[in-house]
Amino acid sequence: MKKTYKIEVDCASCALKMEEAARKVEGVADAAVSFMTQKMKVEFAEGVQEKAVMEAVRKACRKVESDCEVYLD
Amino acid sequence: MTKKQKNVLYRILIAAVWVVALYFAPVTGYLRFVCYLIPYLVIGYDILRKAALGIIHGQVFDENFLMAVATLGAMLLGLYQVSQGQEGDFAEGVAVMLFYQIGELFQAVAVGKSRKNIAALMDIRPDYANIEGENGSLEQVDPDEVEVGSVIVVRPGEKIPIDGVVAEGSSTLNTSALTGESVPREIREGEAVLSGCVNLSGLLKIRTTREFGESTVSKILDLVENSSMKKARTENFITKFARYYTPAVCFGALALAVVPSVAGLLSGNPGAWSTWVIRALTFLVISCPCALVISIPLSFFGGIGGASTCGILVKGSNYLEALAQTKYVVFDKTGTLTKGVFQVTKIQPQEGSPEKLLEYAACAESYSTHPISKSLREAYGRDIAPERAAEVEEIAGCGVTALVDGVRVAAGNDKLMRRLGLSFCEDTEPGTVIHVALDGRYAGYLLISDVEKEQSGEAIRALKASGVKKTVMLTGDSRRAAACVAERLGLDEVKSELLPEDKVAAVEELLAVKGSREKLAFVGDGINDAPVLSRADIGVAMGALGSDAAIEAADIVLMDDNPLKLAVAMRISRKCLRIVYENIVFALGVKAVCLILGALGIAGMWLAIFADVGVMVLAVLNAIRCLKVEK
Repeated sequence: MKKTYKIEVDCASCALKMEEAARKVEGVADAAVSFMTQKMKVEFAEGVQEKAVMEAVRKACRKVESDCEVYLD
Repeated sequence: MTKKQKNVLYRILIAAVWVVALYFAPVTGYLRFVCYLIPYLVIGYDILRKAALGIIHGQVFDENFLMAVATLGAMLLGLYQVSQGQEGDFAEGVAVMLFYQIGELFQAVAVGKSRKNIAALMDIRPDYANIEGENGSLEQVDPDEVEVGSVIVVRPGEKIPIDGVVAEGSSTLNTSALTGESVPREIREGEAVLSGCVNLSGLLKIRTTREFGESTVSKILDLVENSSMKKARTENFITKFARYYTPAVCFGALALAVVPSVAGLLSGNPGAWSTWVIRALTFLVISCPCALVISIPLSFFGGIGGASTCGILVKGSNYLEALAQTKYVVFDKTGTLTKGVFQVTKIQPQEGSPEKLLEYAACAESYSTHPISKSLREAYGRDIAPERAAEVEEIAGCGVTALVDGVRVAAGNDKLMRRLGLSFCEDTEPGTVIHVALDGRYAGYLLISDVEKEQSGEAIRALKASGVKKTVMLTGDSRRAAACVAERLGLDEVKSELLPEDKVAAVEELLAVKGSREKLAFVGDGINDAPVLSRADIGVAMGALGSDAAIEAADIVLMDDNPLKLAVAMRISRKCLRIVYENIVFALGVKAVCLILGALGIAGMWLAIFADVGVMVLAVLNAIRCLKVEK
């Protein structure tokens, strides 16, 4: 299950940090962040609650880059 | 500019005016420090906050950290100078922060702008679809809400929002947004149309055959937008590089601050430590890697965006990168280098005019539905009155005989001629030969063959010119036909009489002999060569407009069927890579020189600011060049 989310992030290296952080979240099989298109593509692991996982992803991203936003809908 | 960017701009202006004013103000001592502290906080509070949060969350050694340490260090040093009774120098700390913010703002605006440019180039997303109401009035609805099978109305000048079939009306379409091809296409009732084309002349009613999300336009946009997620090797290299580089320079700076000072202290010369701290701070400012981190993805993004305006879709930065290293290009023949349609390519009469021979053959074949008869009639071009041909007899596997305008015509292959006991020209070029006999005498032959695309030869030459070592053609066709085409186009190697599975084997053979840094691209029409497309380093599907399978299987998609586009794609990728390398060499070079100068105390804080912000601005400006494509 793959999904793309809109994000807001100001710098390219912050986007890289977000990508790394998102990958480490439980329930995320893979994640890719495009700074250029301001999008995050998340591949979820089998049978997880997307919403809950994404909340965790957002939290993890905020931790590495306090100024970022992940739009969940 | 966004609200956030405007906010930063105001802060920059306030801080700049304040600092300039302070330069003339006669404040001294601790009051001077306080006066400088105000603009410092105005311009840098968010950087300080991020740096602090970063440390709390275990994210040390990022740009914010570098800047915070460098500027705080400079401010504290000024404070120390004041406590020693000297005039404190605070301007540098504020200036570094100020210029850093200007650089960041510039970068944000530049990126935002090129993002918008690409979006405008790719401006094919339709905003609405027209649905006809009961009383004939048009209602605009979200394309997403249109169900498959509904009828939508597209007025002249509007974009076709959803794939479908023309139910009513005829018009010309501008397909340039999809194919980069500027010649308008005629469209009539019953023909399929693709979303993203612009209706030029007439009103069209279109019965949709797909949902919006499944339509060509959505697929293409999705593909281009996702392409920057597949990162190129160079991009990954920079990410890895930054991971080791930043801590390394931080420790380097620390060593620069501590080691000479301690050494000085031990040798009984303690006075110089503030010099070394300043040098260390300069070192930190220079080292910031932002120029690379931003300019490289921006280059690839620009290259992919530029390519898509030419009707070349690249599915990832990695493929754009690989394309520049392509040394082997393998082509499928039919439909790729040739048109895949059969045409009369030669008329060879024994005597008399070629037109007459063609006319007799076309009339004799006028009742047949065989594809060859069709090409004969097409070559003849005029309407044939049905009463001209009488006593038509089709001889299966051989040809036809008929009475045309009172002349007994026999048109068919070698077998037919032998049956009629006629001698005929046996030494012909490869292709399908139609011999014609008139009133029992051999009159000549017509040659029907698959014709090469006009641009094929030029495309091969262009690829060669851009550094491709070997061009190979794979085909299921006969050896003679293949060799003939290969020679005319100037291909290096040809493998003929291949079954589909042989093509994979042939590509694998080539993959085995090529060098590890050389890439192999396979170009096909994407319909029955999906396995080969996926086996090659780069799979290129051609003429893929409207074929989902091809778009799915390929790494690079040429929307129209012009082989020359491959050369264009290679040119774009080479330019893009060149810019990327330019930026890497330039940024690292300038930084290396400045780092040495800074450590030796030759370069001061001002040069450090150039090495950081100036280099970044130049790298970004260079990267933006990727967007421009000469067609």
